[in-house]
Amino acid sequence: MQHQATSYGAFRMSTPSPPISTFLGAWRKKRSGIKTETGGIRLPRHAAIVAQLELKPLPYSLDCLEPHMTRQTLEWHWGGHHRAHVVRLNSLIAGTDLDGKGLEDILLATYNKGNPLPAFVHAAQVWNHDFFWQSIKPNGGGQPSGKLMELIERDFGSFDKMLEDFKQAAVTQFGSGWAWLAYKANKLDVGNAVNPRPSEKDNRLVVLKSPNAINPLIWNYAPLLAVDVWEHAYYLDYELLHLQNRRADFVSVFVEKLVSWEVVSHRLQIAMEQAVETGREEMREDDDEEVPRSETVEMYLDSESDDSETE
Amino acid sequence: MAFRTLLAKKTLSLASSFAPASSSGDRWLGASLRQVRTLTVAALPDLPYDYGALEPVISGEIMKIHHQKHHQTYINNYNKALEQLDAAIAKGDASAVVQLQSAIKFNGGGHVNHTIFWQNLKPTNEGGGEPPHSTLGWAIDTNFNSLEALIQKMNAEGAALQGSGWVWLALDKGSKKLSVETTANQDPLVTKGATLVPLLGIDVWEHAYYLQYKNVRPDYLKNIWKVINWKYASEVYDKETADDTL
Repeated sequence: MQHQATSYGAFRMSTPSPPISTFLGAWRKKRSGIKTETGGIRLPRHAAIVAQLELKPLPYSLDCLEPHMTRQTLEWHWGGHHRAHVVRLNSLIAGTDLDGKGLEDILLATYNKGNPLPAFVHAAQVWNHDFFWQSIKPNGGGQPSGKLMELIERDFGSFDKMLEDFKQAAVTQFGSGWAWLAYKANKLDVGNAVNPRPSEKDNRLVVLKSPNAINPLIWNYAPLLAVDVWEHAYYLDYELLHLQNRRADFVSVFVEKLVSWEVVSHRLQIAMEQAVETGREEMREDDDEEVPRSETVEMYLDSESDDSETE
Repeated sequence: MAFRTLLAKKTLSLASSFAPASSSGDRWLGASLRQVRTLTVAALPDLPYDYGALEPVISGEIMKIHHQKHHQTYINNYNKALEQLDAAIAKGDASAVVQLQSAIKFNGGGHVNHTIFWQNLKPTNEGGGEPPHSTLGWAIDTNFNSLEALIQKMNAEGAALQGSGWVWLALDKGSKKLSVETTANQDPLVTKGATLVPLLGIDVWEHAYYLQYKNVRPDYLKNIWKVINWKYASEVYDKETADDTL
């Protein structure tokens, strides 16, 4: 099957629907080498077997989300866009020190502290789409329960208010991007800033939006739920329904019929445990930084002696 | 054709004790704000061709939705923002004025850009795709070596643009040089340089091609040149390069 990856990541196929089977292998042997002037091939020092990032299969079959998200959309969105990012990412990191690393590590490394490298958009979009597919399920929707609902009500006032904020974020993300529900367990609202007086109140649920491929991992938030608001996510299914506001209708259907609140709850649990663990680590680091105990450290204890007797 | 005359304007009259000032053609919000009492709002310009006239390059379905829904929505939201801006200015509410800027930039930009875009396209049986000659043709050869090279450059930059945006053939009014620029989302070309004038713009938002080309934006870019209206670009070029009194 002919294919051609362009710098945009467009994946041109000669058949109308993308076959799923070709990408279910995780391992390949690295054979490529560098051509020498004499026409030979210099193999890399280690012709190693490395892990190649793969297009993860969807957790459901292509027509299971109908009519809310059709087979046609999934074939193009997962089989076209998402797959193209995987292919492009693999080709960009091959032979570099990112090759063989985990996806999240690649994402953060290529974000390069706000000066993204070319591979970033592909790494981030692979991560974002994996996350998105796992956030939804057939017969989704309904309401969350347990700790997740408790925190939603604590941080937003009500479930409906959270949904309203989420939808607002989605429709006001100008251009392409994503809307998120995330658990913020770092110490201030702005990414790198640290609250000098951290408290439990800093840990809360937030709704936010991000442009193009950006995701909240770069701000050290724990994403819990995402909706893709690039036009390709909803155009085929919602455009022809003569609706004035296609994106808003897509996001409504997304929260009412597709979201898997179980997955979101599970992610919250992991995020909270991680936050506790990170907090403990930070305390341990603080302890290590204290002056080590020695005889020279004076310890002032309450004594029964009169203050006037101090030297 | 100056794009200002393409904006069919509607006028909202607001009650006032001031007589309306100059003719509507000169009224931009930046001038004499306290005296503006009739608010000129934007309206959807008609396409100079049928929706299906650009087929098979761009389908009639896309043209209809693009024009009647997307462009119309930008206009509706832009007008709404203008009314809110007018009210905020009248009240002296600086916060509200500032807060409205992103909506104005996005929706106003969408209106500006699409108005130009409809003029940039022409059915093939009306001259669409015919390469530029004389002044603009020579300028392209000077700045890019050849028309093919220019097209290749615009296609490459258009394909590489992440997310949503536009790719432009721009004329710098000051230096008279041509360049290829891209803008994100609905940012108009002037956001890349105050002296830049758009000769051609190609919409690379997914809505511009998705129903027909799906995710293969490069194919859309390759094909669109068959319906590009070089005559319009030439007219704008000649006007801007001739007008030394600007």
